[in-house]
Amino acid sequence: MKEKKSISKTLLTILFTALALFWVYPVVMILINSFKLDKFISTNTVFKLPGAESFAGFSNYVEALTSQGFARAFGYSLVITVTSVVLILICTSMCAWYITRVNNLLSKVCYGLFVFSMVVPFQMLMFTLSSTADRLNLDTPFNICVIYLGFGAGLAVFMFTGFMKSIPLEIEEAAMIDGCNPIQTFVLVILPILKPTFISVCILETMWLWNDYLLPYLVLDRKKYTTIPILIQYFKGSYGHVAMGPMMACIMMTVLPIIIIYICLQKYIIDGVLAGAVKG
Amino acid sequence: MERAIKKYWPVFVLPTLAAFCIGFLYPFCQGLYLSFCKFTTIKKASFVGFKNYIYALTDGAFWHSFGFTTAFTICSTLLINVLAFSIALALTSKIKGSNIFRTVFFMPNLIGGIVLGYIWQILLNCVLSLLEQPLLALDATLGFWGLIILLCWQQIGYMMIIYIAGLQSIPKDYLEAAKIDGATNLQILFRVKIPNVMPSITICTFLTITNGFKLFDQNLALTGGEPAHASEMMALNIYNTFYSRTGPQWKGYGQAKSVIFCLMVIMISLVQLKATKSREVQQ
Repeated sequence: MKEKKSISKTLLTILFTALALFWVYPVVMILINSFKLDKFISTNTVFKLPGAESFAGFSNYVEALTSQGFARAFGYSLVITVTSVVLILICTSMCAWYITRVNNLLSKVCYGLFVFSMVVPFQMLMFTLSSTADRLNLDTPFNICVIYLGFGAGLAVFMFTGFMKSIPLEIEEAAMIDGCNPIQTFVLVILPILKPTFISVCILETMWLWNDYLLPYLVLDRKKYTTIPILIQYFKGSYGHVAMGPMMACIMMTVLPIIIIYICLQKYIIDGVLAGAVKG
Repeated sequence: MERAIKKYWPVFVLPTLAAFCIGFLYPFCQGLYLSFCKFTTIKKASFVGFKNYIYALTDGAFWHSFGFTTAFTICSTLLINVLAFSIALALTSKIKGSNIFRTVFFMPNLIGGIVLGYIWQILLNCVLSLLEQPLLALDATLGFWGLIILLCWQQIGYMMIIYIAGLQSIPKDYLEAAKIDGATNLQILFRVKIPNVMPSITICTFLTITNGFKLFDQNLALTGGEPAHASEMMALNIYNTFYSRTGPQWKGYGQAKSVIFCLMVIMISLVQLKATKSREVQQ
């Protein structure tokens, strides 16, 4: 009986190893091909390892970084993601505290609207949002974070309020009696307690912002600014000869940082995603 | 204390609320109004009543995309949930290296839809040409299954994580008691494990339904709606009505379509809310 069980477990492990290999294969394939010379990437050779004559070294990466504008796109993506996430975390956590602690019409209306905004698909407001952003000059990577704060507020406020309801009121009252004003109470007392939720919200919003395509594509001034998803879509959309080598290098440079960060912060990322899923 | 905080509302609420008005509320209301207008830019809008809606509801391509989206949502929801649940079951039964497997399966989730779509387009087109089949962009059925494979690859890991959390929260006593009473493994699965992870199943089902229904990036990157809009899903159909047509009437049609789309998504969410609520009462 015991032997039979261990055999089935070994079989299962083998099956899962095969499945895991299948899971990473697409990324590995891109990695292999990013080291090939351009003319050796075709439908027949795509599954082969680079040989002596087709090996390109890092030339594809160099080209992607210099002539294809990857470095700039990476910079813009980074600026947008960092500013927006910081702004979202600060503003929505404060807003969420007000909503949980004050019981008036303003907080009820706000909460209802925020929850409603989580449901509405982006297509509903894509045209009007991009023209609003145009008119208010919010179409650069440095101030698009205002749009993101508005559009991403729903999920963040929802998650923060969900957690804040479980913080006992007495702690804050004690701080207030000791002479803190609300801002001090929030910064010195609430923020430290909120740390786990902060991490969760931070991860969820970062994942969304870094990969977002349509919003920056429609809102940003297209001739001046491209983010990574936009750059990759351009590659594909351009007619005629597509430089496959540099493009694969671009994909690799997009995917690798994500994978490295994921491996380092695995526990936090999985917990954060789980918290978001269960609440949402 | 409440009064003290109340005085500080410009500090706490105003920044978020102002951004929310710019980024959501104002465009939303304007979009609602414009769905009754004929317009090319917002300033040049003239009221036309329900004409846009009548067009949207009689547009064959829109209905085709609705059918495609519905079929896609049903297929992907079933496949993703069954596979994710089976993987979660296997990984909670203490096989070797289950942590590594968990890490690997979750990984595609972090990569964006556009990049994923592109990676799979290259891979699938190469496989298809080796099999001497038409490329993805030439055959809508292949495009459909390509999208399903892509979405499975991306989302099975996510759902698996939720199912694993659900399975791990079942008290060990239940499983032991069932075993002592002589239940077979299958009986344990259907009588103990599945009823106890019902909340996870509800969450995952709705997540996959809404994700499938609202899918845009992957659709754009993998098939781009080719051939001739046959593999176009609703979100992409709306996008194309807006931006790849010239003529004064199209933007209004697109806006009306997006309001209809939005209503459908809200309906799904309401059903979800009801399903979650009724389960809470049972417990």
